[in-house]
Amino acid sequence: MIAHVLAADLPGLLRQADLVGLATATIVAATPLTLAALGGVMSERSGVVNIALEGIMLTTAFVGYAAALVTHNLAAGLLAAIVSGMLIAGLHAVLSIEFLVDQIVSGTVINILALGITGVFYRTFLQEQNVRGPGTLPLWKLPLLGDIPILGRVLFSHQAVTYAMLVLVVVVHLIVFNTVWGLRTRACGEHPMAADTAGINVKMVRYVNVLASGALGGLGGAYFSIQQIGNFLPNITGGRGFVALAAMIFGKWTPVGAFLASLLFACADALGARLQTYGVRIPPQFLSMLPYILTIVVVAGAMGRAIAPAAVGRPYRKS
Amino acid sequence: MVRAVLGAARGRFRDAVMLPVISLFCGFAVAAIAVLLSGANPVDAFVALFEGAFTNRNALPETLVSTIPYVFLGLAVAAGFRAGLFNIGAEGQFYLGALFGVFVGFRVHGVPGIAHIPLAVMAGMLGGCLWGAIPGVLKARFGAHEVITTIMLNYVAFLLTDWLINNRGPMADLRASAPKTPFIDLSARLPVLLPGTRLHLGLLLALAAVPVVWFLLERTTIGFRIRAVGLNATAARAAGISVGWTLVTVMGISGALAGLAGADEILGVSHFMPAAFSTGLGFDAIAVALLARSNPWAILPAAFLFGAMRSGAGFMQLETQVSTDLISIVQATVIMFIAAPLLVRWMFRLRQTPPAPVHIAEAGGLAAATAPPPAPTSLEETAS
Amino acid sequence: MDLDVRWGEVHALLGENGAGKTTLMNVVYGLTRPDAGEIAFDGRPVSIGGPTDAIRLGIGMVHQHFMLIPPLTVAENVVLGHETAHGGAMDLAEARRRVAELGARHHLQVDPAARVEDLSVGAVPLKEKMTALYRGARLLVLDEPTSVLTPQEAERLFEVVREPTARGSAVIFITHKLGEVMRVADRITVMRRGGVVADTTPAESGPADLARLMVGRPVLLRVEKGPARPGRPLLRIEGLTVEDDRHHVAVDGVDLEVRAGEIVGLAGVEGNGQEELVEAIAGLRSPRAGKVLLGDRDVTRLGPKRTLHSGLGLIPADRQRMGVIVELSVADNLVLSHYDQPPYARGILRRFQPVWDHAVAVIKAFDIRVQQPGQPLGSLSGGNQQKVVVARELSGDPRVLVASQPTRGVDVGSIEFIHRRIVEQRDAGLAVLLVSSELDEVLSLADRVAVIYRGRIVGVLEGDAAEPERIGLLMAGAA
Repeated sequence: MIAHVLAADLPGLLRQADLVGLATATIVAATPLTLAALGGVMSERSGVVNIALEGIMLTTAFVGYAAALVTHNLAAGLLAAIVSGMLIAGLHAVLSIEFLVDQIVSGTVINILALGITGVFYRTFLQEQNVRGPGTLPLWKLPLLGDIPILGRVLFSHQAVTYAMLVLVVVVHLIVFNTVWGLRTRACGEHPMAADTAGINVKMVRYVNVLASGALGGLGGAYFSIQQIGNFLPNITGGRGFVALAAMIFGKWTPVGAFLASLLFACADALGARLQTYGVRIPPQFLSMLPYILTIVVVAGAMGRAIAPAAVGRPYRKS
Repeated sequence: MVRAVLGAARGRFRDAVMLPVISLFCGFAVAAIAVLLSGANPVDAFVALFEGAFTNRNALPETLVSTIPYVFLGLAVAAGFRAGLFNIGAEGQFYLGALFGVFVGFRVHGVPGIAHIPLAVMAGMLGGCLWGAIPGVLKARFGAHEVITTIMLNYVAFLLTDWLINNRGPMADLRASAPKTPFIDLSARLPVLLPGTRLHLGLLLALAAVPVVWFLLERTTIGFRIRAVGLNATAARAAGISVGWTLVTVMGISGALAGLAGADEILGVSHFMPAAFSTGLGFDAIAVALLARSNPWAILPAAFLFGAMRSGAGFMQLETQVSTDLISIVQATVIMFIAAPLLVRWMFRLRQTPPAPVHIAEAGGLAAATAPPPAPTSLEETAS
Repeated sequence: MDLDVRWGEVHALLGENGAGKTTLMNVVYGLTRPDAGEIAFDGRPVSIGGPTDAIRLGIGMVHQHFMLIPPLTVAENVVLGHETAHGGAMDLAEARRRVAELGARHHLQVDPAARVEDLSVGAVPLKEKMTALYRGARLLVLDEPTSVLTPQEAERLFEVVREPTARGSAVIFITHKLGEVMRVADRITVMRRGGVVADTTPAESGPADLARLMVGRPVLLRVEKGPARPGRPLLRIEGLTVEDDRHHVAVDGVDLEVRAGEIVGLAGVEGNGQEELVEAIAGLRSPRAGKVLLGDRDVTRLGPKRTLHSGLGLIPADRQRMGVIVELSVADNLVLSHYDQPPYARGILRRFQPVWDHAVAVIKAFDIRVQQPGQPLGSLSGGNQQKVVVARELSGDPRVLVASQPTRGVDVGSIEFIHRRIVEQRDAGLAVLLVSSELDEVLSLADRVAVIYRGRIVGVLEGDAAEPERIGLLMAGAA
């Protein structure tokens, strides 16, 4: 396989490469990954594992699309996606914080539920429809910045959700490391009992952070249906929620790290698609496997677990 | 003292039987709501489900056919749980088992049934075992969280199958119009138990697997290791048990069982492997294992229940237009309630016991009187 | 139960482990809700729903188990909950300034910008105290504050403890150590099994009286033992260097030898490398350099299973985490390290009758209070659980026993029993390495005392030389 790649006409490859296009595509593809990873960071920093992000994104993709379809308004769809993300995350929060359900089980429940519910409602409501979809988000090229030769295309000509993602990376970073809320959150994730004795309401902090992760995940889900294809298909997320978790781990539970890691994964994804068109004769399925295998490698090699927030995954019980 | 014992026994009964029953009930209730919301009549839907599962012609044998993979897969996931591992990769291991099994089925010729079948079955177990051992090794050696690695391997397994069978891939039947492998040889097919139905030998294998797994867990040193690691990996290690080996062994066993399910489906039911194969059996199995609280014997009724649901769902969809995905909703809700005994108690005002997170490594009943403190054991370290 | 504390006094709350002292204070601090009764503060009845209420009233608590968050800095830890901020954004410089100022005012040495995880162990309680003071505490509750201090550091703490009372504040000092109470308390409340048994002063009651009150019967404060008759060395540690979880050197070139028929006590404040040393000996942690020899066998890198089978018995410091599996039966726990050896197994098949018989015999020999061997270990009391661990290790007929904090969290009766058994085995030729942060235990049991400080053995004392003051100095790194 490697021989195949090498055997391809390398100089020709580079000429054809359209690296700028690749970079742009990478940033776009990194959007849902980063958003979900940011959600993961907030949730896990406060001590709650959130593997439900996959299910959240899937459901919010559906809800966002449905809302946009019904109201003929993309913004309404975005809003619906965010709100529904928070609701589902709320369920996860209640189950794991209040009812002490194992957080991984709770997350898995939501993922399965998401598959089921979106499947049922898709079949009943959407499959037969021949209505015109609400379209996708428009591409906004920023006035002066968008005209800069390379950076303009890569950073400043995007759709709304991608811009939101870029801004949120910075915002979440500031929140986690520079605000009172962030300090308390980190305390809850490292040593909830200490936070408790300092007078912090650990449960409340966790609830809010999980809801925030739901909102971020909701936005991530909106990417698929509202930004990317303007439609909804069953299982449209294809495991990206889990890849996002790997990005979070790889990024050592920091927003910027998660963003960079997401870029890596997205690049693998975009590269896979392009290699096909460059005439590299590897079966497409193997190229599609790239992000998944990369995830495994990262999770195995990341040594990340040693730096996870110390109390993550464990419910906090007052005696 | 007798009263105390009876009270404890009643408490255990409550936990072991009542809780799953109530969870099921809640699961169906939520599903009914979903049906209502989608515009259909829940009563019709459930009646059709029942008919499809039991009373239609050939329904019962078909239900049994559907039960078989659930038994193996449920055992697979349950075995993982006992070691404190969350094997969400049963789906992918199922695929690998099917791939290996079908390969031996259609590539090996001229071998009598008495040898061909065991060969194919063992090939299937091997395939699943390998696919399960990978995350096991990654966890043992690198501490890689099995939830993520197994899910990723599921996707890899789908794509692998896709490449092998779709689009004139290496295992595709080039003369067929739909993407599929060639039919397996007659000698590899599992004999039918009940003429006129699809009920095959696999049922006996499934029924045999349950006591074997039970025996393994409760009566052998391997099982002791598995349970010890699942309950407290740190203490197990301090006592000289090799946690890494145990994890790999368990994932291998789990994978082998899942692979067996896959091979079984090919050899007994379809006799070939289509490109679009499973329909989420591996995830259903998580619900089966949780419903059975990881107890091998309880897997049988749980698997039967899910087999019935799956079997009847097709008829239900035909009759009432309600999607088969409804089953997923039931499952997910069932899992949710099983894993949240506090939720059930709160809803039904059952008597309080001290709150403790449900430890997935325990079978039948919650922890002993003094709940263990939420100290980390190995779930890179285990679930607490 | 009733308790009353006056302003300007140091009030000691004395009782053994499990008497209810910490629970009571948790109620005062709002971490636990009382089922009945009332609390009056400064003459007015109050209801304390959580730590915020307590803090607002002016109650501060320094817990036995640290409430500091390792990855955060000292300043961040101290201000947590009452941060200095401008509309949500934190002002860390301000926080650091305030902490430094507080430290100066109360004569406490601090570096506000240092991360807690990088601090030395002895500095931690001082930081905790500072946190409480920062929040303006007028009633300070100290829960077993000397558990990680050397005798000299404890002395300093006692001086510092009295300081707030000079300004009219009150201090509640929780402990199970009689010496401390005599030293520092104005009044003493003795608790036993959740109730008050006495309200007295150091003038009225001496240590023996207090001990009797705590336990309900006369207590033997020292175990009786004859002189040791040591034979050849059975455990030899040579140049052992071990890293901790964060890759800092925890054990730094340790040489130590334990002979047959002797008890070597390893004294030292917790956190000076004892844990890592014990784990390295048991094969649970791979050393960076050095050797561990059991008898004539080099077991350095053999791993736990082979090390245990070479004749090592291990009583780990944290019983719940490392010593037992609470969900398994008592019988299974008793064969945890030998479950797969004959007679308990034949090949891969387990044989239950021998396991049961073994359990019955051991239960009788060690007087373990249990109804039947099949019940889950978790249903036993802490003392009995520890007896199971001790029984398991001793009945495996080891040549060397490493006992780490063997009587932590154990009732006095069981402590006596365990101590006696260890001495008996010593007399029968067992080599014992006793690692304990309870100096009394070490002094009572050990024939020779080694002192560990920052991962190094700083002294080995025997006979008359092994007296508390000298040891204390070594523990603190002085002398």
